[in-house]
Amino acid sequence: MNYLSKLWTISRRELASYFQSPVAYVFIIIFLMLCGFFTFMVGNFFARNEASLASFFLWHPWLYLFLVPAAGMRLWAEERRSGSIELLLTLPVTPSQAILGKFLAAWLFLGLALLLTFPIIATVVYLGDPDGGVMATGYFGSFLVIGAYLSITSMTSAMTRNQVVSFITSVVVCLFLILAGWPPVTNMLVNWAPGWVVQGVASCSVIPHFDGLQRGVVDTRDLVYFLSVICFSLFTTGVILRNHRAG
Amino acid sequence: MIRAQNVMKWFGPNLAVDDVSFEVQKGEVLGFLGPNGAGKSTTMRIVTGFLPLSGGKVEVGGHDIEEDPIGAKSLIGYLPENAPSYPEMTVEAFLGFVAELRGFKGTAKREAVERVITTCFLERVRHQPIDTLSKGYTHRTCFAQSIIHDPPVLVLDEPTDGLDPNQKQEVRDLIKSMGKEKAIIISTHILEEVDAICSRLIIIDRGKLVFNGTPDELKQRSDISGAVTVRVLSAPSKDVAAVLGGHDEVSRVDVLSEADGACVLRAFPKSVGETCSAAALSKLLQDKGWSFDELHTEEGRLDEVFRTVTIPDTVPTAGASSEEDSK
Repeated sequence: MNYLSKLWTISRRELASYFQSPVAYVFIIIFLMLCGFFTFMVGNFFARNEASLASFFLWHPWLYLFLVPAAGMRLWAEERRSGSIELLLTLPVTPSQAILGKFLAAWLFLGLALLLTFPIIATVVYLGDPDGGVMATGYFGSFLVIGAYLSITSMTSAMTRNQVVSFITSVVVCLFLILAGWPPVTNMLVNWAPGWVVQGVASCSVIPHFDGLQRGVVDTRDLVYFLSVICFSLFTTGVILRNHRAG
Repeated sequence: MIRAQNVMKWFGPNLAVDDVSFEVQKGEVLGFLGPNGAGKSTTMRIVTGFLPLSGGKVEVGGHDIEEDPIGAKSLIGYLPENAPSYPEMTVEAFLGFVAELRGFKGTAKREAVERVITTCFLERVRHQPIDTLSKGYTHRTCFAQSIIHDPPVLVLDEPTDGLDPNQKQEVRDLIKSMGKEKAIIISTHILEEVDAICSRLIIIDRGKLVFNGTPDELKQRSDISGAVTVRVLSAPSKDVAAVLGGHDEVSRVDVLSEADGACVLRAFPKSVGETCSAAALSKLLQDKGWSFDELHTEEGRLDEVFRTVTIPDTVPTAGASSEEDSK
């Protein structure tokens, strides 16, 4: 209980710091505007003539590619730059409390931004008769994609005191996660790498795992995929922070 | 309360702290002294559990910093160098955050925050975000955070850095009064501060411990320690020097200045650690009928000893080159 209450204290502070600067508001507005633009203008929401959020969720992995690193790049880079990491890690908290606490705060913040897209649900419900379950798993999947990207950003953020470096590195890693299953990428490997490597790289891709959830299929393998990306990245964050201090 | 044994710290190929051992008991204020980059801050970061050890052992209140970091950290209040904080938070919110992580809840938390706001004179700025504060206030805010749980161990890295003379005095008085029931380590490069607050001090130079003792012991290492300085009116300096130099306890006499018919001389004892007898010398002068308006025994000067035990950066030394060879 004590473990969780300290974790939550760290989360609350982090969450508050988003809203104490204009970052949160600018971020949420841009996110909502881009969501609307992609869903209606690029995704041809009306022309599809179906009561579903497919054209809405379709763009999320791409939208998050830039927005999630932007929201998470400061997590550790800022602590390192300002030196407050020294304060935080000499308080009686474990590194895991600090890492999880900060991650959770950013995840909740992005989750809030995602929840604020609710007018799209209202639109679909008003226009047709959508499947509530599919919409719910779609949102859930979208939230998991955020978690995966964010954990990677937490990792790259721990590597540097420079937020821009952290941003660019995490965009590249997340881009890899999107493109891993794409034929041009797998074709690069297929000629020389053994089959299981190609399979392995292809199955790193975030898109197929998100696709299932978008369509309303909750597959344990997809959940395991997202959870393992998050756990691995957060664990690596801990290793990086420890190594950085070990010199 | 604090026991550091053979602490080693490597940063890649560089040895930042080389086999440093010391102890601090309750009621002691230990001063860390040393040139910039000597390893003072690194040692403090190790003691507070921020940096892992490369070798050796640190215990705080019986808790090993590596094996029971939470137990050890709970006992320590730490003011890091440059007083970092979360700049977007208000003073009150920041102190509340630290108090919560220190295990305070509800009323106890509010009381702890109120107490340090009063002790550190932060009442005027309590609702301001920290990044709008002056350096002195920022520093005091971070200092307040270090004493919020009334810790038995305090580690303060340059606690008076960036403060104006009045604030410096306030902080020194505060440390001195807390020093009675706590074990305190402070680092500084202001030598008067050592004299004013520390009951013991260690000097670190290039990662090595070069002195461990009381300020008085350090002063005794000074060349002028135990010398007697005298200002004689209306007598030629040559004669005075000859008379003083004739005394048994005096090895040599330096003429420091000569102006307006008065001269200032300093008589040195035969060896370091001994003292010239001021009474005997004044009797000598009186016998001659020379009048003097000043006569005192030198205590020794810290800055002078500091220079002799540490090696300035600008001078390449035998020690440094042999280190290169051994690599």
